[in-house]
Amino acid sequence: MGKNKETRLIDESGLRVDGRRIDELRPVRLEVGLLDKADGSAYIEHGKNKILAGVYGPREAHPKHIALADRAVIRCRYHMAPFSTDERKSPAPSRRELELSKVIREALEPSIMSEYFPRASIDIFIEVLQADAGTRCAGITAASLALADAGIPLRELVAGCAAGKVDGKVVLDLSDIEDKKGDADLPVAFMPKSNVIGLLQMDGSLTEDEFKQALDMAVNACRQICDMQREALRKKYHVEKEETEPTEVAEVQA
Amino acid sequence: MSTTHQLSPVAKLEQKTVHDLILKGRRLDERTPLDYRPLTITLGVVEKANGSAQVHLGKTKILAGVKVETGNPFEDTPNEGILTVNAEFVPLAAPTFEAGPPDEDSIELARVVDRGIRESKAIDLAKLCIEPGKKVFVVFVDIYVLDHDGNLIDAAAMAALGALITAKIQAWDVKNGEVVYKDEKIPLPMLNYPVPITSVKVDGTVVVDPSLEEEQVMSCRLTVTTDKNDNVCAMQKGGLGVFTPEEIKQIVSSSIGRSRDLRERILSNVK
Repeated sequence: MGKNKETRLIDESGLRVDGRRIDELRPVRLEVGLLDKADGSAYIEHGKNKILAGVYGPREAHPKHIALADRAVIRCRYHMAPFSTDERKSPAPSRRELELSKVIREALEPSIMSEYFPRASIDIFIEVLQADAGTRCAGITAASLALADAGIPLRELVAGCAAGKVDGKVVLDLSDIEDKKGDADLPVAFMPKSNVIGLLQMDGSLTEDEFKQALDMAVNACRQICDMQREALRKKYHVEKEETEPTEVAEVQA
Repeated sequence: MSTTHQLSPVAKLEQKTVHDLILKGRRLDERTPLDYRPLTITLGVVEKANGSAQVHLGKTKILAGVKVETGNPFEDTPNEGILTVNAEFVPLAAPTFEAGPPDEDSIELARVVDRGIRESKAIDLAKLCIEPGKKVFVVFVDIYVLDHDGNLIDAAAMAALGALITAKIQAWDVKNGEVVYKDEKIPLPMLNYPVPITSVKVDGTVVVDPSLEEEQVMSCRLTVTTDKNDNVCAMQKGGLGVFTPEEIKQIVSSSIGRSRDLRERILSNVK
């Protein structure tokens, strides 16, 4: 992350390049269950990030030797579309994507009650259609919704959000330009009810106090995002219930 | 695709022993939770490399070698040299290591070490430019895991740092637009010395510098890399468990001081 002092990323009134305050999230839009074949799916727009998550399973583990006797194996693939970035990205998985697939799996696994499905596999696919900084966090937010949509028992939803440092100030949810020109990035995935962190990475430079401040900021944002996740699930599943109930009552009476 | 690992049957049997000991504040190798294992660094062990260092951390052995070649700069950084970090899990180092392309664990190891060096700006890459936009030095750091007894990240990063500190490159000059190499050798331009400290949570207790047995039964792992100014420059959480925000803040606090001690020891080795 190269420092670039020519462009100012925070103006005199404390507003950022895109007009946000330092502790303000980018607009987040969530949609649940939009894919037909996947057992569960979700779509997230977080700033200019556009990410699809699909879940298959629990299904028979394949190849068989990966199966575990006392729990389901979780498999995860984070992948960026070739057209998702400024310069075309080769579709072959990069080292970065392999690392992120691992840390995203490790962030989601603690939320999944995998012990209910021995010898099965639960497969999570995250496709970044457009990248705008914070894709791993937005990907986790979407993937957790897709798991819920697939009907897989979860201890809790997992929400992801990054904090960082820009122009010497700790800020929430870095945009693309802030990520490239900023001083630090701290992606976090959090489960609010249990108050636990499943993903934490950092690069850049932060003092101990700045780190603590950034961590608190990211954790609070995850709480907000988790409310949005619950709202997105309610939106999908409430409507169906209201539609079916009256007809059932009518049949009983007849 | 990233897939849940199988826990070895031996590790499952050892799990109870490790947990029982931890509850009493003890560990399999008689350390207390906050003891780091004995560390030795041997510098310049491979003469043909530009720089090299071997780290012994308890029974973990890691060799890092630095090779410096010339190459084309990246388009977005035409005036900077290039840093590349790679890690090999050599099959002789552990029964679970297999020959073949790097797996996600070795990629994670290399990328965490890379982040520490890159984000702390340990190497002054601007000084490694020979001809802007055309020719720069490429610094290859290759990490060789020779014996795996846990905490590969710390051992690998310290080996990489030792190898970089001792690395020498050919001095050069530009005369009438031509690059002329001189006879003398100069050290790599180093600006910072990042040192990571890895802690793991075993059965609710945080212990530093995990052995292999502890890593196999851990719930989760946190690496905190700090630089010479006590700033945090890289972090990585691993494992299937979770930390509370308070645990993380506590680990960061205690890692900064420990990283300072180890940095002094590594640098005293050089002078």
